Amino acid sequence: MDTRDVVFIALFAAIVAALAVFPPITLPVVGVPVTAQSLGVMLAGGVLGAARGGLALVLFLALVALGLPLLAGGRGGFGVFLGPSGGFLVGWIVAAFAIGFLTELFWNRLNYVVALAICVAGGVVLLYAIGVPWIAAVAKIPVGTALTGSLPFIPGDIVKALVAAGVIVTVKRSYPIITPRSRTQKQT
Amino acid sequence: MLTDLYVFADSPVHRARPVVKIAALVVLCTSLFVFEGWIAVTVAGVLVFAGFALAGLGPRHAIVSLRPALWILAAIFAVQLYMTDVVFAGFIVARFVVLILAAALVTLTTRTSEFVDGILSALRFAPSWVPKAQIALAVSLFLRFVPLVRTALDDVREAQRARGLDRNLKAILVPLVVRILKTADEVSQAIYARSFD
Repeated sequence: MDTRDVVFIALFAAIVAALAVFPPITLPVVGVPVTAQSLGVMLAGGVLGAARGGLALVLFLALVALGLPLLAGGRGGFGVFLGPSGGFLVGWIVAAFAIGFLTELFWNRLNYVVALAICVAGGVVLLYAIGVPWIAAVAKIPVGTALTGSLPFIPGDIVKALVAAGVIVTVKRSYPIITPRSRTQKQT
Repeated sequence: MLTDLYVFADSPVHRARPVVKIAALVVLCTSLFVFEGWIAVTVAGVLVFAGFALAGLGPRHAIVSLRPALWILAAIFAVQLYMTDVVFAGFIVARFVVLILAAALVTLTTRTSEFVDGILSALRFAPSWVPKAQIALAVSLFLRFVPLVRTALDDVREAQRARGLDRNLKAILVPLVVRILKTADEVSQAIYARSFD
């Protein structure tokens, strides 16, 4: 972890923060706001890799907890972690790490389909695997009910995975940062 | 500019040290889950209400803090009402309300800079394996670069609007990410050049 990595972590955390200003698109019928912020989570892992991507989210969420209104809709403070959906925020760290790890693993074979599979696995499946039981535990409702309640968010997250995969593949071609897992100690 | 949620005022709550407030919040939240029941929620609710009154915060601030969680809380209330009874459903939602308001009380009465200073000064006592200088660098770079990334995002959106691509997320994100990665490399070279390590 040298200074260059620290700068990448800090600046990518800033990207995640800046994505909050994207106007949330509200899905018709279900009325669930979809924000660009969890797109930033997928990008942090897919562009920076496991360690740096995860730490970028740790830094971002730490400053959110300290009261900066950096989440979409100007939310911030400790309250967002104590609310019912706090598990999804904690899950962002794990999701960014997992997406980063898988991206490093498949770096030499990374194409759109692989990147999409990675984003869905880490940014949707894993994220909900953390967030849904969390809601169930703190609100004392069955996991199945919590999952049903979260279903309206999934189409939006799939759309974000579609976009994120495209961005990850294009950034890999134009400005690669990740060092693949197989070959260590070789900086670009 | 980067603003925090701080509400300017002078009160014992505002003047209390950040560490004390965080410790109180942790104790309150833990006890709400340990001592389940209406008594704990009522006591905590009264304490939080007293804190709001003491800090001179009105109902307006409480509503603003609760609004984002409103729909989820309504859904949870409905599910609990269907599964159990109105008392238990009310208890679960009341506990969330107290938790969120307690956290809001800390956030609204403490400047982020106080927290950051507190963390950085606490880092002095951290064991040697903690990369203190790097944490301090990351926090200060982050605070400096949030406004810059926002400006960069606006620039890219303007440029893509001219091409009719301002609704295409990928066409906005790729230039933004590449630009920020380049900036990061320039910044790290500038830091190396000044022998930060």
